[in-house]
Amino acid sequence: MLASLVGFLGDFDRAEEAVQEAFAIAAERWPRDGAPDNPGAWLVTTARNRAIDRLRRERTLASKTRLLEVRETVQEEPDDTAMADERLQLIFMCCHPALATEAQVALSLRALGGLSTEEIARAFIVSPETMKRRLSRAKAKIKTAGIPFSVPPAHQLPDRLRTVLAIVFLIFNEGYSGRVDLAAEAIRLGALLVGLMPDEPEAHGLLALMLCHNARRDARFSDGELVLLEDQDRALWDAAKIAQARDLLERAIALRGRGPYVLQAAIASLQTEHHIDWQQVASLYGELARITRSPVVELNRAVAVAQTGSPQAALEIVERLPLDEYQYLHSTRAELLRRLGRTDDARTAYERALQLTRTEPERQFLKRRLGEL
Amino acid sequence: MQYALLIYQRPDDDAGLSDEQRKALSDEYYALREDPLVVGGAALHPVENATTLRIKDEETIITDGPFADTKEVFGGWYLVEADDLDGALEIAARIPALRLGGSVEVRPVVEAPR
Repeated sequence: MLASLVGFLGDFDRAEEAVQEAFAIAAERWPRDGAPDNPGAWLVTTARNRAIDRLRRERTLASKTRLLEVRETVQEEPDDTAMADERLQLIFMCCHPALATEAQVALSLRALGGLSTEEIARAFIVSPETMKRRLSRAKAKIKTAGIPFSVPPAHQLPDRLRTVLAIVFLIFNEGYSGRVDLAAEAIRLGALLVGLMPDEPEAHGLLALMLCHNARRDARFSDGELVLLEDQDRALWDAAKIAQARDLLERAIALRGRGPYVLQAAIASLQTEHHIDWQQVASLYGELARITRSPVVELNRAVAVAQTGSPQAALEIVERLPLDEYQYLHSTRAELLRRLGRTDDARTAYERALQLTRTEPERQFLKRRLGEL
Repeated sequence: MQYALLIYQRPDDDAGLSDEQRKALSDEYYALREDPLVVGGAALHPVENATTLRIKDEETIITDGPFADTKEVFGGWYLVEADDLDGALEIAARIPALRLGGSVEVRPVVEAPR
């Protein structure tokens, strides 16, 4: 099967990729719709179609970038398309991996978000002078080192897009811890990315994820204390944002997205439903853990497993993780031990989590839990 | 624009390789030299052959060895002509020292005043 595709495509990597995709689709469809009469032929045809789709996408992108080069020299009156293209080029320049993360963040907020240097400085609790220096150093490097103002070529695009998405998500998470409203900025940037790259499932996934989290913002704290998902007042959730997130997620899935942001958005979206399907949440976390190899994701999977009614299995996952300095490992472990009736062990674990926590709402929450043992 | 690709490698990075593998490695370095974007460069003999000069109390001091003992040593460079940093990075990524635990520093070259 692989050989037939290598012959068809003339490229081993592409062929392998296409075959994997075909198997993944089969794994999803056959159990549901039944296996086709000739499974081998079905797989080859599906793999071919996937490969053609992918090539077509790459070619469209390549021809777009070529068009741009021409436009820059010929066109004098900028139109909407040219401006959109320029914004995209700007994003990739601001988030170029040759710049330090803090510079990528500051540049993106300055150049794309239109925040003033003072506002960015306030958001990151540094002096305006420090932020000014940081920005001018970054701009000097762009100029001197020749960091390009362009959308990277197709073969670099996936890596570079990952950096862009990571920067936007980083900005969002800064905002989520509650200082200047960076979360709103990140959502605006995310929407901009979706508009500029309407065929990128991960861009849709990221925006959906941010909207889902943001929709629950007002319900996360009550009288300065952290409120867990299951105890949150759903009337405080922003239903419009959740609906928007669902639409984006559907689009991402229609684009055959299965990357880290699409998966996280799917999880976040499931968690906004009335009856949460924890089984599915746990399996999505499993898929995410396989892609990211992140122990933090494994920890989240453990929480979902516990919610399906298996605290013992969850505890076994948690105790395998190399996250001793991570407060949420200890608070999760404490919660599981409490449910299993191991009160003394739970107390020790809560105390360790308390030592590691740095925000007041979380401290309040942990103290109350400890008191309830 | 011109960029210098400065190659830092572990001094023993080819230990444990067969003669054939060493030959393949050096062929790779020569092949890079043939790339139309590469306009110059050199490979250096190992640091055991280095001599370092300093001036102390108005006296020139000559010592055996490199200027600093570091885990990675400067082993050579390429000079490339590229449209932008991405172009230089693409060539840099092909330098074999990277696969052997080394690093490549990419530095824009100062243009001579006209």
